[in-house]
Amino acid sequence: MDIICITFLHSEGHGIDFYVLGLQISGLGTLIAGINFLVTIINMRTPGMTYMRMPLFTWSTFVVSALILFAFPPLTVGLVLMMFDRMFGSNFFDVAAGGNTIIWEHLFWIFGHPEVYILILPAFGIFSEIFATFSRKRLFGYSSMVFATVLIGFLGFMVWAHHMFTTGLGPIANAIFAVATMAIAVPTGIKIFNWIFTMWGGSVKFTVPMLYAVAFIPSFTMGGVTGIMNASAPADYQFHDSYFVVAHFHYVIVGGVVLGLLAGITFYWPKMFGTMLSEKLGKVTFWTFLIGFHLTFFIQHFLGLMGMPRRVFTFLDNQGLNTGNMISTVGAFLMAFAVIVMVINIIMTSAKNEKVGNDPWGDGRTLEWAIPSPPPFYNFKQLPLVRGLDPYWVEKMEGKKEMTPAEPLGDIHMPNSSILPLTISFGLFVAAFGALYNMDDKTWTLPIIIVGLLITFVSMLIRSVKDDHGFHIHKEDLMDDKDKGGKA
Amino acid sequence: MQADERFTDATWPASPEKATLEGKNKYLGFWLFLGGETVLFASLFATYLALKDKVPNGDAALAKDLFELPLTFVATMLLLTSSLTSVYAMYHMKNNHFKQMQAWLVITVALGFAFLGLEIYEFNHYVHEFHHTFTSSAFGSAFYTLVGFHGAHVAFGLVWIISLMVRNARRGLNLYNAPKFYVASLYWHFIDVVWVFIFTVVYLMGMVG
Ligand SMILES: [Cu+2]
Repeated sequence: MDIICITFLHSEGHGIDFYVLGLQISGLGTLIAGINFLVTIINMRTPGMTYMRMPLFTWSTFVVSALILFAFPPLTVGLVLMMFDRMFGSNFFDVAAGGNTIIWEHLFWIFGHPEVYILILPAFGIFSEIFATFSRKRLFGYSSMVFATVLIGFLGFMVWAHHMFTTGLGPIANAIFAVATMAIAVPTGIKIFNWIFTMWGGSVKFTVPMLYAVAFIPSFTMGGVTGIMNASAPADYQFHDSYFVVAHFHYVIVGGVVLGLLAGITFYWPKMFGTMLSEKLGKVTFWTFLIGFHLTFFIQHFLGLMGMPRRVFTFLDNQGLNTGNMISTVGAFLMAFAVIVMVINIIMTSAKNEKVGNDPWGDGRTLEWAIPSPPPFYNFKQLPLVRGLDPYWVEKMEGKKEMTPAEPLGDIHMPNSSILPLTISFGLFVAAFGALYNMDDKTWTLPIIIVGLLITFVSMLIRSVKDDHGFHIHKEDLMDDKDKGGKA
Repeated sequence: MQADERFTDATWPASPEKATLEGKNKYLGFWLFLGGETVLFASLFATYLALKDKVPNGDAALAKDLFELPLTFVATMLLLTSSLTSVYAMYHMKNNHFKQMQAWLVITVALGFAFLGLEIYEFNHYVHEFHHTFTSSAFGSAFYTLVGFHGAHVAFGLVWIISLMVRNARRGLNLYNAPKFYVASLYWHFIDVVWVFIFTVVYLMGMVG
């Protein structure tokens, strides 16, 4: 018995190391991107763009970037501890040497719970834009929407131990984390009602993005309701590690994030690539995906309550689980079909290449719809003057076709392109490759790690000591391509 | 305002680190980065406190056996003083006194190296006198990870400040490199603040029990 325990104490092979190193490097990229978004939003808003006039998508990006900044470092530390244990023989999680595995659970979930808000808040932002655009009405309760987004971001850090109810932290800790978790239902509920009231009395146009948005409300709410069920610590002892939890988080992630991604891709496709996806094929994707999604995951609630455990990819015959799993499989194929139709849609649209104008949906409210599709690399020739929430809509309502410029036409300062970010990450790739095989006394791994880190640090040094002042697009050149749009 | 323009004492702005948009962005971005670093060190401190004195058997050295006040007190004084000298350097940066700034940065770096030397001596001492190593116990792993992460930050900061000094030695200050010096000094202060916590949580609390 002892021998079995020892051999199964840690995962064999390189799989875990691959995930540790991969997450570490991509986590670094996420952190730096988060800082970049924060600084851009705080320092570089156009004249008149006050915080309370920012689009909800920008607000949710802002809050998400703050979450990234504070949530990723605990993951970094957790991964470092595991990496040290596996590669350099430290004892953080080795109980025989005084280690403690609960540290991993805490560090992972202090990251893990904010991470689910890092996923969902941008989707909330996208849906907020879509509801306002296709209800042709200002977003209901804009300021309460901002408040709710910030509050969700804040509370997101207070609830991590609801993933650890069965760890044995005790009734007081469980009660506090249960109540804190349920409190998040309040700001989320505010958002749901605001979206419904945005549609109320609007002249609603059921385009494909709007269909996703409308379907998102009941789908996501179902995931929210099972979330409250999971948050009840005593009930969670039943749900824990069962398919009920799998059903819950797929309802919020697929019913929220994935629907948000599909909606956002369809909504912003013309802005990104200058062509409009087919609405007809889009509707096929929408309906097959929605039906497939509910078919796949609804039944899993019951599979979980019937006792099917999570994290097991097979189950025994004659346990009464076969039919439910068959239904799930059928649903998964429907979703796959939906995505294939979407890919066909994209290929056909790109092949036809029918270019569209600035505001292809006809009801654009925010600044991006005031510039050409796709936008020129400098975005606005002249910074636009923002005179209210939904600035482009404000101008349209006054009978204007374009934004009022906030500055005279002048040279635009742009950053230079640089190969260095690529070499910095290439060095990390080389170092991680060496670290991945740094076990069983191999001699070639250490030099590889050192060479990789040298590439990274030397690239950083060059980035620091080489002056890079960027370049200017000259006023005269901007005036030349007037035909390319450039309505400021 | 051109970033590489030459300035006289009269035209040099009061806050040269924030005089350009580029500088403002660096300044804010770096403050935010330090926010993330704070959480990183908080996680390491939490791990250390959870694993303090957690050893496999009764022979292993505990915190109260290891730490000695004189050594860590000297190390603390070295690092605190280096923070003060970096403030003097930034004072001269804001007054466009490049030579004085470089001089104070040289002192800062020298104090940093002295600190790092003491730390290496200290680790060596624990390993050879007490057999307290990275792999000997969970306590050892947590101690060397927390204090070592800080030491690695000090080493990175030294390389950073030296490369800035060497790079700009012949051209003096302008609005392009002033934010770079300022941000490096922010980092240096941050390292110092972390050390104050390490001195308190690891060494002082380790010695009293
Ligand atoms: Cu959670």
